[in-house]
Amino acid sequence: MAIPLALRVAESEAKVYRRVWRGSIFSSFFNPILYLLAMGVGLGTLVDANLPTGLDGASYLNFLAPGLLAATAMQTGAGEGAWKVRAGVKWTRTYHAKLATPIGVPALVNGHMLWIGARVLMVSVVFAFVVVMFRVAPVWQSLAATVPALLVGVSMGAITTAFTTRTNSDAALPTFFRFVVIPMFLFSGAFFPITQLPGWMQPVAYVTPLFHGVQLCRAVMLGIPTVVDPWVSVTYLLALTAGGMALAMKPFREQLLP
Amino acid sequence: MPVYAATFMPTPLITATGLTKHFDDTIAVDGIDFHVDPGESFGFLGPNGAGKTSVMRMIGAVSPITAGELSVLGLDPRTEGPKLRARLGVVPQEDNLDQELTVTENLFMYGRYFGLPKAAIAERIKELLDFAQLTEKADSKVEALSGGMKRRLTIARGLINEPEMLILDEPTTGLDPQARHVLWDRLYRLKQQGVTLLITTHYMDEAEQLCDRLVIMDKGKIVGEGSPRSLIDQYSRPEVVELRFPAGVLEEIAERLEGLAPRVEVLADRALLYTDDADATVEKAHAEGLDPETVLVRRSTLEDVFLRFTGRTLDD
Ligand SMILES: Nc1ncnc2c1ncn2[C@@H]1O[C@H](COP(=O)(O)OP(=O)(O)OP(=O)(O)O)[C@@H](O)[C@H]1O
Ligand SMILES: [Mg+2]
Repeated sequence: MAIPLALRVAESEAKVYRRVWRGSIFSSFFNPILYLLAMGVGLGTLVDANLPTGLDGASYLNFLAPGLLAATAMQTGAGEGAWKVRAGVKWTRTYHAKLATPIGVPALVNGHMLWIGARVLMVSVVFAFVVVMFRVAPVWQSLAATVPALLVGVSMGAITTAFTTRTNSDAALPTFFRFVVIPMFLFSGAFFPITQLPGWMQPVAYVTPLFHGVQLCRAVMLGIPTVVDPWVSVTYLLALTAGGMALAMKPFREQLLP
Repeated sequence: MPVYAATFMPTPLITATGLTKHFDDTIAVDGIDFHVDPGESFGFLGPNGAGKTSVMRMIGAVSPITAGELSVLGLDPRTEGPKLRARLGVVPQEDNLDQELTVTENLFMYGRYFGLPKAAIAERIKELLDFAQLTEKADSKVEALSGGMKRRLTIARGLINEPEMLILDEPTTGLDPQARHVLWDRLYRLKQQGVTLLITTHYMDEAEQLCDRLVIMDKGKIVGEGSPRSLIDQYSRPEVVELRFPAGVLEEIAERLEGLAPRVEVLADRALLYTDDADATVEKAHAEGLDPETVLVRRSTLEDVFLRFTGRTLDD
């Protein structure tokens, strides 16, 4: 078929999103402003007073902005991979409706991931403009940082999708956010360098997709050298995406095509 | 058989041989054989858990068959799923409309899944809204529709790709009598347009109204097959006398009932006497000195056929 069916799936998500886009874009704009004001500027004054050479040579605001971009992208990806999937399979059963057409499980998964990518990109681009407003980095560098943000958002979307399809209880998703997404948000180097973590937690931080997203965003936005080779990080995030998608296929088949 | 008969025999749209479906250790469909001809309205009648939905889903290429052979529109659902689904319309047992979209958007997106061009979809939506009597609700969100409207929308959605065959899994369950009649009327029109209908139901009157031919399923097996009329003629008597007795009485008089009619079914609260002459049977009952609370004489229905095959009423 000429036009990939995955695009149709993404198109349908976009149709649903059209109803809420105003509020959604507004909060993608407002949230980073709040965070950057309270932590970057407010808390940052204290941090900077204590660290005359800065964090990796950057002021706290500058250190925080790219980290928060990656963390926001990660959270967006996780959000899109969780409830939307559960609803499609179980609550509104719209995935069942899609699969009664020529769309199959691979097209469904690909379209779902395309849509997650689109959402993460929207959030990241808005974030990039906030970064420019705060004079953290020039426009093109801020926009360039949306690329690693996209990678981390999509990888987390894929992982969350796999998790959602592999669990059945409605309590599993809040639990996943409480014990995986929020800790990752806080402790993967977005708010402070992971060298501040207790020794045993540092290897855990290295495994998180967010750690890799954060260091890539910092490198692209501000030229801060990466701890891990950037291509290793890029490869890792792409591998997590592919892995998450692959892990979601079988449970999707079992649940949607029993 | 004369030689020419073969040439006039239509190629079946569906042929199933030994069709089987297992879920873990549940045998949902237990090696059934049937075929459906083009333009036919074919029914699957059976109680809860009989395996009707499982059969529909295998035909719709959304459930892999466990064993046996199945060919639908000349295609193999196992290997040609997308191609097959492109030519089918499906009305699932549970509504799965997109609640967050409007009526029109639901139809539009469905058309897109089938890869139809936008202009063609817009044209088709107009016809379908009219067909489903939803033109006034075109821009309402699905959430705001009544159950009957949702059902009609689901049927309209299943028709967006002008399918050769429409699969309806309990199309009218949960609807009030008026809504059911509206739906029957719509389905009847489709049938007249030459769309092959595949219907599951546990309503006897629905099966009698809509189906040219049907199979009765119970516990994964086909226990009876034919047109509604032929099933009734073959497996029941033309008339039924229903005698209701107070609780407890039936067991005592069961033996005395036996001789009253060619076939007698004793249920919990009433006895069914299957007979060729209801008046004579009623007279005989009175002559026997029986004193039922109520006497009802009616025509035999599919329900009676069902009872005979399964020993249970449909709503058991
Ligand atoms: N996804 C599934 N997983 C496990 N068992 C299933 C599944 N779907 C159906 N079954 C079982 O298969 C049997 C047949 O179910 P099916 O849904 O086909 O019946 P049905 O005739 O459509 O019933 P109803 O009138 O209640 O819709 C039942 O015992 C049911 O529990
Ligand atoms: Mg069913």
